[in-house]
Amino acid sequence: MIAIIEGCGTNIASIQFALERLGKKSLLTSDAKIIRSASHVILPGVGTAKNAMTQLQKLAALIPQLTQPVLGICLGMQLFYEFSEEGKIETLKIISGKISSFKKNTSLPIPHMGWNQLEIKQPNPLLKNIPDNSYFYYVHSYSAPVNENTIAVTKYGKPFSAIVNNKNFYGVQFHPERSGKTGEQLLKNFLELA
Amino acid sequence: MLAKRIIPCLDVKDGNVVKGIQFNQHRIVGDIIERANYYSDAGADELVFYDITASCEQRTVDANWIKEVARCLNIPFCVAGGIKNAFDAEKILNAGADKISINSPALECPDLINELSEKFGKQCIVIGIDSFKKENNYYVYQYTGAQEKIKNTERLTFDWIKEVEARGAGEIVLNCMNQDGVRQGYDCDQLRLARKKSTLPLIASGGAGCEDDFYTVFKKTNCDGALAASVFHSNQINIKNLKLFLSNKNILVRS
Repeated sequence: MIAIIEGCGTNIASIQFALERLGKKSLLTSDAKIIRSASHVILPGVGTAKNAMTQLQKLAALIPQLTQPVLGICLGMQLFYEFSEEGKIETLKIISGKISSFKKNTSLPIPHMGWNQLEIKQPNPLLKNIPDNSYFYYVHSYSAPVNENTIAVTKYGKPFSAIVNNKNFYGVQFHPERSGKTGEQLLKNFLELA
Repeated sequence: MLAKRIIPCLDVKDGNVVKGIQFNQHRIVGDIIERANYYSDAGADELVFYDITASCEQRTVDANWIKEVARCLNIPFCVAGGIKNAFDAEKILNAGADKISINSPALECPDLINELSEKFGKQCIVIGIDSFKKENNYYVYQYTGAQEKIKNTERLTFDWIKEVEARGAGEIVLNCMNQDGVRQGYDCDQLRLARKKSTLPLIASGGAGCEDDFYTVFKKTNCDGALAASVFHSNQINIKNLKLFLSNKNILVRS
């Protein structure tokens, strides 16, 4: 069973529909017991880091201890880092570094919105059958630094982490549920992780 | 690199996709889900569904068809028309829409932009602006979905662009009404000026007539995407061919 952690924004329906298209059922839940026993956990996220951390409350302690594959999407991925400049708030500390605003680094339009390309830095099971330079759909105003956990980067002004992985935690800055066939492949790869 | 977006706009009226031929005459071009799948398969980067009567008839977009669209589409889509408060917005976003686009209600109550942006994040708040050039100035028009209600708000377009950005909008769709429906090309002069007023993603709308119009608008204005309806609905432009055409001219598009 796939658990989608509840309370982190409004893109839940599109994630559930994307899983449905892959023939998978998912459960939207904030129940720690269900989350702990799920085969796969998805931490979605649209909105602000501060709101999301407030909504997560007691789950914030549980999430870093999960042992099954966990996928953070967009803000969900950003929450894996230590700190977010957005609302100046401490986050889940699964990956080192802090989330910062694009504004400081570029004069390009913000939010970074639309289809942009991946540059693969390390092989990873999440990237099975996904070629280098594939396009994914992004919408965000804050971005994650590149570090040893970075699997792929995307350039907007300067490169940021597009995919990260630390142990069983996988994060993607883009929206696989809205990234056409390539996004579907990535979700499929995630669900094949054991 | 970020690709330029090609965005078909599907005007929706009573469960069907229609296309206006300047203002108020509409003809039916097909069922919503069938068209949504068609454009997604053709390589559209995003879709906009615009309920052309909702703003004028004091009602909200129906969440049922939005849910069905979200169920079948694997590309982002935006819903516009008659979203007047956070309750309407939440209903549409929860149904699976990625973005909501607000036009007339934002003009009636600009604070709505702040409220929605704070509640849902700016990434899903698109402001649609219908702009008309009159005596060398660009003005924002309201209630453009119905000819008998259409009016000049007397707001200057570029002031309004700056205001919506300050209030927390995440994207601007600038519909240049003088060009709309007449297929003479996008209003590059206006779009270029608009680009300088704001750092938000800017989508060009109104006037696409041929493949070259898309090339021109991307080359001349640095807008992020181009929206069109009739040229796609009539099959005059095929999105796959359009992308190939743009790509051959070194405009970066998603293949």
